[in-house]
Amino acid sequence: MFEEHKKGIMDKILEVKDLAVSFDYFNVFQNVSFDLHRGEVMAIVGPNGSGKTVLFRALLKLIRSQGTINWSKGTKIGYVPQKLFVDSQFPVSVGDFFRFKTKSEEAITEALNSVGMTGDFDHLKHHLLNKKMGTLSGGQLQRVLIAWSIINKPDILLFDEPTSGIDIGGEETIYNLLHKLQTSSHLAIILISHDLNIVYKYADTVLCLNKEAICYGPPHEVLNTANLSQLYGGETKFYEHKHGN
Amino acid sequence: METSTLTLSVIVGGFIGLASGYLGSLMVLRKMALVGDALTHVALPGLAIGLLFGFNPFFGAFSALLLAIVLIWLIENRTKLSTETLVGIFFATSLSIGLLITPEPELLEALFGDISKTVLSEAIMASILSIVAIMAVHKIYNSLVLGTMSNDLASSVGIRTKKIDFIFLLIVALIVALGIKIVGSLLMGSLVIIPAAAAKNLARNLSSYAGLSALFGLASAIGGIYLSSLLNFSPGPIVVLSSAAIFFISLIFKKS
Repeated sequence: MFEEHKKGIMDKILEVKDLAVSFDYFNVFQNVSFDLHRGEVMAIVGPNGSGKTVLFRALLKLIRSQGTINWSKGTKIGYVPQKLFVDSQFPVSVGDFFRFKTKSEEAITEALNSVGMTGDFDHLKHHLLNKKMGTLSGGQLQRVLIAWSIINKPDILLFDEPTSGIDIGGEETIYNLLHKLQTSSHLAIILISHDLNIVYKYADTVLCLNKEAICYGPPHEVLNTANLSQLYGGETKFYEHKHGN
Repeated sequence: METSTLTLSVIVGGFIGLASGYLGSLMVLRKMALVGDALTHVALPGLAIGLLFGFNPFFGAFSALLLAIVLIWLIENRTKLSTETLVGIFFATSLSIGLLITPEPELLEALFGDISKTVLSEAIMASILSIVAIMAVHKIYNSLVLGTMSNDLASSVGIRTKKIDFIFLLIVALIVALGIKIVGSLLMGSLVIIPAAAAKNLARNLSSYAGLSALFGLASAIGGIYLSSLLNFSPGPIVVLSSAAIFFISLIFKKS
């Protein structure tokens, strides 16, 4: 029913059917199926070790998987990893990091402006691009990674939310920002989230993953007590926050 | 050392030092300092076989390194075994074999190098190969650094990380085999690691890091060879001590 009335007219950009990943006879997850359409936001939730990041790696075809992953032809994927392996001494500046992808100052400025880091190139150079990657705060790093991933105007963003390192206020703004990007450039987003309130507020669909797909559908319909306790085990209850929209 | 031999040594040493410093900057970023050091010991049995059978020891050393590197790459990609442990066992073994089979008169040279014995044909070959190595490092530099920051991120933008890693290891084999001529198989690890460690203390961004590392490699090699000729010491240890001196100076200027 949901499929028909909400997404019937939108283009499908990703179709996943009976996806399974196993490492050395150990099943990370199986029976995962979902569709994603242009401009749609899908959240993946589940406990630690439930295979969320592995699912991303499978979608990016970085690891072998069984089942079907069909990206519609010509789909450009932007990927925002959870973290980078850099420390404060790592000699790569933010500017270097962007130059791995583009030499165009204009493109760098545009991408950074659209993630809320404002100013012209000279201003950005002085305040951001000359800094080392490892000295950025959690929130700054997230913005830089998002800006980096949208430089070549992808159709879809895979966003792996960090489990720590961003304060609540900062986190809220990152999602506002993703929401803005999604509406302004009709970007589809799959986000791995640890916060059900974020999922409720921003996602069109949610995939509950714990070794297999426990539920899939609009958050209001599928994030019920029965599904959540199956997902997280025990007596987990979710109290929905009303945001008035 | 005669003036002409000294000039030749300085030129070859300079090229190899430059290449070692540049490559070393990648090895330090990939936290390969210890593996790289152990790896250089593998060259010894190859070198010895070259000496025993009368062919250019460079090719012996390069072949032994190549074999070791292919094995490491396979182990890393095909199994879940700890590379560090394997590297430790494998390299101590090859060093021991090398020590046993290297002919006694050449042992000191194999262990600590002696660039003063370079002849013109070798000098030309070493210089050309150094330039080739520098160009190859330049070509993979950014991809490899991005892969070090996040392998998944690099793969997601179409970088074939496994292939780049393999090319990188091939260049390591080439430069280590070349560098053994100057500093020998025991000290070669330091010629790739120390200039990069010093550069990391001072660099503000990637190009200054790579540039300084290459420059420090060049300066250590040239300075060390000159100094050793003045003091009448073996060049290998003096080259390494020169790079160590640069490192300690860099500590003074290090920004916290």
